[in-house]
Amino acid sequence: MEKRLLLGDEAIALGAIHAGLSGVYAYPGTPSTEITEFIQSNPLALERNIHSRWSTNEKTAMEAALGMSYAGKRALVCMKHVGMNVCADAFVNSAVTGVNGGLVVLAADDPSMHSSQNEQDSRFYGKFAMIPIFEPSNQQEAYDMMSAAFELSESLKLPVLMRVVTRLAHSRAAVEIKEAAAENGLNPDTDRHWVLLPGIARKQYLLLVEKQKDMLKAAEASKYNVLNKITGKKTGIIACGIAYNYVCEAVGPNVPIVKISQYPLPEDKIRELASVCDELIVFEDGQPVVENDIRGLLGANYCVKGRLTGDLPRTGELDPDNVAKALGVAAELSFGTAKNLANRPPQLCNGCGHRDVYTALNKVAAEYPNHRIFGDIGCYTLGALPPFQSLASCVDMGASITMAKGAADAGLFPSIAVIGDSTFTHSGMTGLLDAVNENSNITVVISDNLTTGMTGGQDSAGTNKFEAICLGLGVAPEHVRVVVPLPKNMDEITRIIREEIEYKGVSVIIPRRECMQTLQRHLREKKNK
Amino acid sequence: MKKDIILCGVGGQGILSIATIIGQAATEAGLYLKQAEVHGMSQRGGDVQSNLRLSTEPIYSDLIPKGKVDLIVSMEPMEALRYLPYLAADGVVVTNSKNFVNIPNYPDATAIEAELKALPHAVLLDIEDLAQQTHNPKGANMVLLGKVAAHLGILSADQLRNAVARIFQRKGEAVVESNLKAFDLGLNA
Repeated sequence: MEKRLLLGDEAIALGAIHAGLSGVYAYPGTPSTEITEFIQSNPLALERNIHSRWSTNEKTAMEAALGMSYAGKRALVCMKHVGMNVCADAFVNSAVTGVNGGLVVLAADDPSMHSSQNEQDSRFYGKFAMIPIFEPSNQQEAYDMMSAAFELSESLKLPVLMRVVTRLAHSRAAVEIKEAAAENGLNPDTDRHWVLLPGIARKQYLLLVEKQKDMLKAAEASKYNVLNKITGKKTGIIACGIAYNYVCEAVGPNVPIVKISQYPLPEDKIRELASVCDELIVFEDGQPVVENDIRGLLGANYCVKGRLTGDLPRTGELDPDNVAKALGVAAELSFGTAKNLANRPPQLCNGCGHRDVYTALNKVAAEYPNHRIFGDIGCYTLGALPPFQSLASCVDMGASITMAKGAADAGLFPSIAVIGDSTFTHSGMTGLLDAVNENSNITVVISDNLTTGMTGGQDSAGTNKFEAICLGLGVAPEHVRVVVPLPKNMDEITRIIREEIEYKGVSVIIPRRECMQTLQRHLREKKNK
Repeated sequence: MKKDIILCGVGGQGILSIATIIGQAATEAGLYLKQAEVHGMSQRGGDVQSNLRLSTEPIYSDLIPKGKVDLIVSMEPMEALRYLPYLAADGVVVTNSKNFVNIPNYPDATAIEAELKALPHAVLLDIEDLAQQTHNPKGANMVLLGKVAAHLGILSADQLRNAVARIFQRKGEAVVESNLKAFDLGLNA
């Protein structure tokens, strides 16, 4: 059997292709980006013409995938955890419509916030939408589970959520590869249950509730949920997804344990383990979802330990150290923290256009002591750190423009927004329309580096369209200003920023210069041709 | 037999290339391997690290527990110090000796050197200087890999050397040659 060394993300991608995938829909986001990138360059995916172009945001991705499912084919949607918030409307309602072709939603969570603004746990979304969840513990399961997830999706006629965490998404191991299955043929649904008018939606929702027992049956029978019933030990272990590896690293697999990689929770297995132990300890990466559920399952008199009881840290990712400590087998350390050590935070690249944007903004803003600059999600969020320290906020995709508007409504002046090109088309355009409709007194800087920079330089949906978009939304033509962010243009840029701050209405300044990373890549590609 | 390694440095110094080559050699040798990487925001000028585990037995955790690392391989001396709590009692540090200063509060360079040299098993080498000798400044990470070859144990220098050739093959003969030259410089340094 062929073995390949794959990142968790790549194992998911190849697993999906080999499961007969016809389209992946995604917006880049760490740690999920490599899934779609792998499909974009995989020879079989190219030969089969599998859809893999980036979507404008997670909601458009989710809806397009649902459309492909409606047409009878297998579709995958990939995103980082906060993308689930963006697509939540479509996601939750796709459980009510149900699916035709298999539909798998992949959420890559980022506990410890390595590259994120929160550590929300996507399993809540799966429970909320009342659909099955898969949570692989290693790269092999990530690959194998894609077939299982598509099959379950088609047999239950429901979307299936697969949840991974950063440490699986971005870790490499050898994976055994199977034969690729064929794609589904075109087979558009003919039933009207997709029309979620209240009368139909009520029936569909009842159907979804009825399917819960089938989901539970599937989870109880799943080969990914394993009970190791060993008697005579005080503490039983519940290990979800990747936590299983940390437990085995600490105490090995021959302990009383339920390994959980498919939800809803396999209640019988958990009750059975609880019956031969005095207490359970729950290891799950992310939030205490399972810990809470098991407390409900076993009642108040049964002792359940975990993040809520302080046996494990309440926040941050699990690792072999905090898991070993909770199991009472922490290792002695030979060396303490070094004395000559300093933090080395990430920085904007040398020569990056965002640097010139912040230099100019800081220069002009210094003339207005009450100014605030509202930031957004991207490389340019680093403008909050030294040496610039320009930003008052960074919340979610697109919030720079709308927060600037709200603050201006409250009387703040000058109220400035800084947003990247890809973030603007992802979630900034609708906010700009709000501002235009009320002629809000804000200055919006769309710092356009012609790419989705922070995730490694993916295509940006609005490239070459920004002036047209702003004009189309109704920004006055004389207040859509384009500049080239270079030190030699500093006088011109600061003059334009000053003029647009002084204009009492919506103005958009577009500093435009290619990202240094993609520029270097393009130069290399040219040289190698 | 197992070898738990932390590869570290500053984003852009090429630690993932080192990981890729050791990974290639390990795969060819039929070893079990897990390698956790850092992607995303932390790449740009910040500290980066990769946990690389090689073993003749199956490996569970993608991350290495504290106190269990056999080998710290670092492209930058202060970055080598960052992972000291992970180092096993008899663990080895192999690091570039040249400081990469891109923060205002970078500690005193001689103090960093002294702290490294006070460790039971530390090897410091000016890999950038050696790479210059091959007129291939980008080959500094291959010089370091050559130096690591002597301390890896689970893979031989020849196995690593072959993997260097294999990985750079598609970039042409000249690139293979210059990287092998860098590797040999480190190996014999």
